Amino acid sequence: MAEKTLKRVDVIFTPYSVSPYKILAETIVKPTNEVIQEVLDSGLRGRGGAGFPTGLKWKFGAAAQGDNKVIICNADEGEPGTFKDREILTKVPRKVFSGMGICAYVTGATKGYLYLRGEYRYMIPALEKELELFHENCKKLNLNFSIEIFSGSGAYVCGEETALIESMEGKRGEPRNKPPFPVQSGYKGKPTIVNNVETFVSASMVCRIGSAEYKKLGTDDQRGSKLFSISGDTPVPGVYEIELGMKISDFVEEFGDSDTKAVQVGGVAGYCIPRKDFDKMVVGIGGTTGGSTMVFNSTRSMYNVLHNYLHFFAEESCGQCTPCRVGCQQLLKGIEAVKHKTKPAEYLDQLMKLTETMKVASKCGLGQSVANSFASIVTNFREEMIY
Amino acid sequence: MADIQLLVKELSAKHGKERSSLMPILQGVVSKERYLSSEAMTEVARELDISAAEVYGTATFYSFLDTNPRGKYVIRVCRTIVCDMHGKQDVIKTIENILKIKVGETTMDKKFSLLETNCIGWCNEGPAMLINDEVFTKLTVDKAREIIQDFIRNK
Amino acid sequence: MENMIKLNIDGIEVQIEKGKSILDAAKKVKVRIPTLCHHDDLCVAGNCRVCIVEIEGRTRLEASCAIPAEDGMKVLTSTPKVRKARKDVVALLVSEHNTQCTTCYRSTNCELQNLSAEYNIDNEVYLSVLKPQAAIDKSSWSVEKDDSKCVRCQRCVRTCAEIQHVNALTAANKGDHMKISTFMELPMNDVVCTNCGQCITHCPTGALTERRYYDDIWEAIGDPTKHVVINTAPSVRVGLGEMLGFPIGTRVTGKMVTALKKMGFDSVLDTDFTADLTIIEEGSEFLQRLTDALVNKKQVALPMITSCSPGWVKFIEHMYPEHLAHLSTCKSPQQMFGALTKTYYADKLGLDPKNIVSVAGMPCAAKKFEANRPEMKSSGFQDVDAGLTTRELGHMIKQSGLNFVDLEESHFDSIMGESTGAAVIFGATGGVMEAALRTVYELVTGRPVPFKDLNITPVRGLEGIKEATVKLENVLPAYSFLEGVEAKFAVAHGLKNARIIMDQIVAGTSPYHFIEVMACPGGCIGGGGQPIPTNNEIRNKRIAAIYAEDLGLEKRKSHDNEEIKTLYKEFLIKPLGEKSHHLLHTKYRKRNRY
Repeated sequence: MAEKTLKRVDVIFTPYSVSPYKILAETIVKPTNEVIQEVLDSGLRGRGGAGFPTGLKWKFGAAAQGDNKVIICNADEGEPGTFKDREILTKVPRKVFSGMGICAYVTGATKGYLYLRGEYRYMIPALEKELELFHENCKKLNLNFSIEIFSGSGAYVCGEETALIESMEGKRGEPRNKPPFPVQSGYKGKPTIVNNVETFVSASMVCRIGSAEYKKLGTDDQRGSKLFSISGDTPVPGVYEIELGMKISDFVEEFGDSDTKAVQVGGVAGYCIPRKDFDKMVVGIGGTTGGSTMVFNSTRSMYNVLHNYLHFFAEESCGQCTPCRVGCQQLLKGIEAVKHKTKPAEYLDQLMKLTETMKVASKCGLGQSVANSFASIVTNFREEMIY
Repeated sequence: MADIQLLVKELSAKHGKERSSLMPILQGVVSKERYLSSEAMTEVARELDISAAEVYGTATFYSFLDTNPRGKYVIRVCRTIVCDMHGKQDVIKTIENILKIKVGETTMDKKFSLLETNCIGWCNEGPAMLINDEVFTKLTVDKAREIIQDFIRNK
Repeated sequence: MENMIKLNIDGIEVQIEKGKSILDAAKKVKVRIPTLCHHDDLCVAGNCRVCIVEIEGRTRLEASCAIPAEDGMKVLTSTPKVRKARKDVVALLVSEHNTQCTTCYRSTNCELQNLSAEYNIDNEVYLSVLKPQAAIDKSSWSVEKDDSKCVRCQRCVRTCAEIQHVNALTAANKGDHMKISTFMELPMNDVVCTNCGQCITHCPTGALTERRYYDDIWEAIGDPTKHVVINTAPSVRVGLGEMLGFPIGTRVTGKMVTALKKMGFDSVLDTDFTADLTIIEEGSEFLQRLTDALVNKKQVALPMITSCSPGWVKFIEHMYPEHLAHLSTCKSPQQMFGALTKTYYADKLGLDPKNIVSVAGMPCAAKKFEANRPEMKSSGFQDVDAGLTTRELGHMIKQSGLNFVDLEESHFDSIMGESTGAAVIFGATGGVMEAALRTVYELVTGRPVPFKDLNITPVRGLEGIKEATVKLENVLPAYSFLEGVEAKFAVAHGLKNARIIMDQIVAGTSPYHFIEVMACPGGCIGGGGQPIPTNNEIRNKRIAAIYAEDLGLEKRKSHDNEEIKTLYKEFLIKPLGEKSHHLLHTKYRKRNRY
């Protein structure tokens, strides 16, 4: 695994130099298994945070038994610090629909949905217009595929693919047991492929430039480029496309305000990296993150930061399973108690052990990932929790 | 037929009467009425032939499907960490002072409701808020004041 | 075999059908994995996380109830990692719970209490996150809801959805505000609920219980001016034993009667008496409808449907208010008993009915509601003063200090204490139908039903909807209009199946003449007032006891009941007569569906 220095690239937001629908047109005349292989070879992983190999998901989707397969674009972007999907859908929506069209082609799906978070409802008129254009193109290309917008209504947990599907079915967004996975049985029991907005764009780009070109970017583990949403104590907040595999210290040099104390990588569900570890950590290692990167300088109280995160989790948990529903409340109340001296400092260790339980016993990714920021903040900024 | 019945029938004509039609129908009611009243939810139950409890249970899951009465303009100020760091508390105080209500409350003339909400995806331009579906970013105390006063005067 | 797979649980090899869960596989080899949100009657939820196990090769623990067993899987159910996580899960539930077990109705029969004891949960480890609670909802006649004892397993929601198709309860809100709620958090009395109490029997804790009257009854018993009469339903005698140390399915009839007498009830009578009476009245009503339809060419509501299950009656009033005419106008045995107690019985014993307290011992939660229906005052007083569940009776017997196990057997008192086998089988699904057929068939043809030992097996058992066809041949002259008719009967239990029956009627495609509907799966033996837990194995054992009781009785047809004959001779005069109409028949009302 080779480390790379920070390198900005420009694959995703390039203006339509080649029409995305031309890419679609050229791709859907190739044999489907060839296209799937291309995506597999590229090493592209899901860009929503879970990092599942995209080619593999599409391969399973193609092999799934059943008619009326469904493609869902997960635009529920709710991870704090993430706003890249908003920019994609505003600036280059055609690349998204192109990616969805290619996915529909290789899997045989005929229906697609864009699950757009409720907070982005203002985008609907423009997106409806784009979809009109898309459907015209599909007609011209003889591709039997149409996309409908489905609006969310304010629930972070609906970013989890099975919770999203439950929401679309008119129910509470409570994640399902897996297996069965959506590819086997998803929306109304049909084989369903759910991918993040950026994933569809990247897949479309892979089909355009080829997997060999795409593989040149990134590292062995982390192929390609990724959008990072950067905010917090930075003079240049915004969305940046960066090759994967860079060191945090390079990142901090480029985007920090020269007083950076900690970097939250992967949103509140990710890890808080302290200054002493900037040299060691490689952003994106072990699985892509959704790209949410929040920067904190030395004026920030990490207690306030963690408190804010836990309040968020306690509210946004679907409430179904015990470790998450009760665990989040325990963590929140627990750090308050330590801060206000109604519990001794050692109670933090009890809470650390609780997060281990939450990590292995929670039903879905929300409960499982609370441990990440809790452990990284409490371990690295313990004094701030107590005094 | 009562107004709410008409509205629900319109929405079911557009979105269907299946369980999977529930979310768009509830969203449609909230768009018009700003919240889901007991009557509205009962009508939806009738239209979809599901129990009122099922409608209620689904609606209360989603932060934007309010079952408490709200004003014509629902202000949702983001409270998540980056907006918090960049002054959302001052923005809220300002709005509270202008409208003479606290977070969670609605003005007497039922024109404004003030709420806090979780990350709305504008962290690079925070503090940010929604007023119904409209987004307002890069809020300062002054900008917030301007926006609210504009709403008071012109809308 | 093609669809069998092999896995390993705690070192034991298991072969099981593909699609079954790890929990199923563990049960097969008698490996015990604790559960909470899991219930044999219900679909899998996988939300409590108590049943988590370790699977080789995976860092995360999996819910054994929810994960399908896979070929080659290696499962460990009790490693340090599993025990620590499971202990934490239980400790978290306890931190969210009202832990005043000493005053809780379900103390000693609570699944959370059992788990906490097993894991030796220390209440001090975590902070309490119990919400400052709203008052306990005591609005309903039948069901009490105490949110402070809820573990949010959603068993009640799933029961009301999957088994009863009523959906009165739902999970509401999310995150730290998630709770089980009615529509708009309204009191249970104000929402569409059938009072069946199935939510109570599926609740693992004391969050849902029945409304309790035993303190009032103790008071009445202690009041020398009151004459307290109790009648007990057939299902009570095959369920009560479970609360008092007997194996499931033991008939404790004799000891039960002795206990009630020793406790101070002035008279211990048998609801089976009015069950026989119901058969006479309802059988006559059925034949009258057939006569009206076929001879008098009148418009009549057929099929006719039984009306002794008050949960079912409330269901049809809410859900199909345009089709109430299909219901028999007969009251339930409980209500007939109450009406007769304060008239016929009072007369015979020379008592002033205003001093009579009539109590019904029932396997039912809805009967508490039924007793308080405003129209149930045909005696001039409230016909039934209180309904007690089997569970309440069990508690009262324990409170009385009696050594139940060693009590000698007694018989019910007369003049409303005689019953037949046909009455006893009312407790099982299909029992009312079978009892009715034993009488009606003989009335029409002069011969006993053409089934061995009078056991009409097609209507027995736990299948959701059962059918039977009986050809009426060589009928008596009075019923010549029925000659050759192939009478079709159906038996449904569980309100999900009631819906199927009613939808057929609404669509005009119902092929039946007479239908029995019971709100509770299994019939009354699985009622909302029966001992907890209930599942199909338990239901079957109770059902077997019911039919055994039937076989053991000398008289097995309602029309052979001598006390009933006396009742008609001296009091009612004839079935469907004026007195019957006034005391034993009732009206229904339309309720809201949503």
